[in-house]
Amino acid sequence: MSALATGWAASRRRLRVGFAALTLLVALLPLVFRTPYALSTLILIGIYSIVTTGLCLLMGYAGQVSLGQAAFFGLGAYASAVLTTRLSWSPWIAMVAAAAGTGLLAYVIGIPIFRLRGHYLAMATLGFGAIVRITMNEWRAVTGGPTGLPGIPRLSIGGLALNSDLTYYYLVWAVGLVALALARNMVDSRVGRALRAIHGSEAAAESLGIDVAQLKLQALVTSAVYASVAGSLYAHYMIFVSPGAFDVDASVQLVLMAAVGGIASIWGAPLGAAVVTLLTLALREIVPLITQHGSGEHQIIAYGILLVVIMIFVPEGLTPTLARATQRLSRRLATVRPRWLPWR
Amino acid sequence: MPQFGLEDYLQLFVSGVSTGSIYVLIALGLITIYNVTGVTNLAQGEFVMLGAMGAVMLQRLGLPLGVACVGSVALAMVVGALVYRLTIRPARHAPDVTLIIITIGTAIALRGLALLAWGTTSQALPEFTPGPPANVWGAVLSRQRLWIMGTAGVVLAALYLFFEGTLLGKAVRACAVNRRAAELAGIDAAAMALLSYTISAALGAVAGIVIAPLTLVSYDMGLALGLKGFVVAIMGGLVSAPAAVVGGLILGVMESFASGLVSSGIKDALAYLALFVVLMARTTDLFAPFRRRPIARLSVRRARRPTP
Repeated sequence: MSALATGWAASRRRLRVGFAALTLLVALLPLVFRTPYALSTLILIGIYSIVTTGLCLLMGYAGQVSLGQAAFFGLGAYASAVLTTRLSWSPWIAMVAAAAGTGLLAYVIGIPIFRLRGHYLAMATLGFGAIVRITMNEWRAVTGGPTGLPGIPRLSIGGLALNSDLTYYYLVWAVGLVALALARNMVDSRVGRALRAIHGSEAAAESLGIDVAQLKLQALVTSAVYASVAGSLYAHYMIFVSPGAFDVDASVQLVLMAAVGGIASIWGAPLGAAVVTLLTLALREIVPLITQHGSGEHQIIAYGILLVVIMIFVPEGLTPTLARATQRLSRRLATVRPRWLPWR
Repeated sequence: MPQFGLEDYLQLFVSGVSTGSIYVLIALGLITIYNVTGVTNLAQGEFVMLGAMGAVMLQRLGLPLGVACVGSVALAMVVGALVYRLTIRPARHAPDVTLIIITIGTAIALRGLALLAWGTTSQALPEFTPGPPANVWGAVLSRQRLWIMGTAGVVLAALYLFFEGTLLGKAVRACAVNRRAAELAGIDAAAMALLSYTISAALGAVAGIVIAPLTLVSYDMGLALGLKGFVVAIMGGLVSAPAAVVGGLILGVMESFASGLVSSGIKDALAYLALFVVLMARTTDLFAPFRRRPIARLSVRRARRPTP
């Protein structure tokens, strides 16, 4: 009992240290990367890591696959865009309303969809994403159709407009860190254990008195709200939205981020978002050097291959693998005495 | 509102049937793979794209159209075998969802490779037999649509003969029924899985080639077609070929009428809506009343009856 308690306290302590380290890293990064290009990349990574955190809760902990997460992301972005440009709402109220609406939609969709499992669930979420995308394209009167919706206002706090990328960076990452902390708390709570039980076996979880259907819905709604908030932040940063950013490929990209970081590790979300975003940018530079077909989204080849390789060789993602590797390394460093050292 | 005569409805119906037979071919590929390996292959649409793009490429190289088509099918079969060997076989013990994500990754990688090889421009394949459209009871029917329906019919018959009549086909079916038992009977199940991937790559490629002259082909045509194939395949619970044939024709005709009578924008939304309806109705099996009642259950019930 006491061993368990101390172990728990230790993991708690490690968690706090890790969180403090991440916060420090986030605070200091802009001092190193000052160019507008680097800052906007860091902002995008922050936005994607919010979505990925929610996706990890849903896929890694509750074990429910979603190939339509970009739809929730897009709904948040479009709701913010439409409410602020066409109805001239305050951006903050619009953001909350968008999150509430998306969450409600997720709840309503979730009731029939969670009757499905495995590949049927995957296909249903894929179909949901496609329908949302088609709606964005076809409902021209509201969404502006394929050309998109311009003129979204920037955010401001009080009288202070968040015009510079630096202030926006701190806003996005503040939201991202809070989202991460909330998710981490949820994972460590009774709800998190129940979700993992569902992942293990729905029947066993049910027989232990866990309300499986309700918890799965909660996980879906949480992930939808995360995606919606990130979408609102995206819309106010880009000041323009178009359907192209929220299609099936975007959903796959989000799954890839979750998979790279480690589906069942919340910490992996920022890591996966960073790796995939940086990889995309790198490929945009490299690919035109190899092929004569300059235009086009060439990075999708690498996405595809990366996704397959990760799923085959490290299905749990980079974070647990890296954590194990560093643990092994530190243990070896502690026990092995280098032969060339003359003293013991 | 234009006045619709009987021949207009007939025209919509027939073009719906020909589009539907494309969906049937794609769905049969999905069903073949699912039956033998248990994998839902979301890369099926990319086989369709590879078939079409390959035929265009070979034809551009100066090969006669027929040779280009056959060559393209062969190429797709090689790709299908490679896909199985490189992505599915190493992960065959992984859970369902992992396998699905793998097939999505494969689909994206194939699409990306096509983009790299052929670029973003849409290409066209010439009609198989150019000429004035045929006139069937007042409905104007392009010759390519006849080719599509004819090819689908021939392929269906060939598949039926292969699975029912040949030893190899029966071996594949045995793996679908019970893999372990098939292995005990001396069937190489891994080889049959490879074969199922090859067959469905060929089915996809054929679908892509026959539809290529009607629609421009491009590297990203696969996703939508693959999804529609999936909608059709799922109507038969991913296992039943006859249900897929019926379902494919129904979806094709529905789409044709929707785009003819309402608007073409609604067409794609209709397929996804159908996907939802079918998925939700799946708990209540649509084709159950038409299925033969399992004999085993009857005999068990009879055996339990107390003997006087």
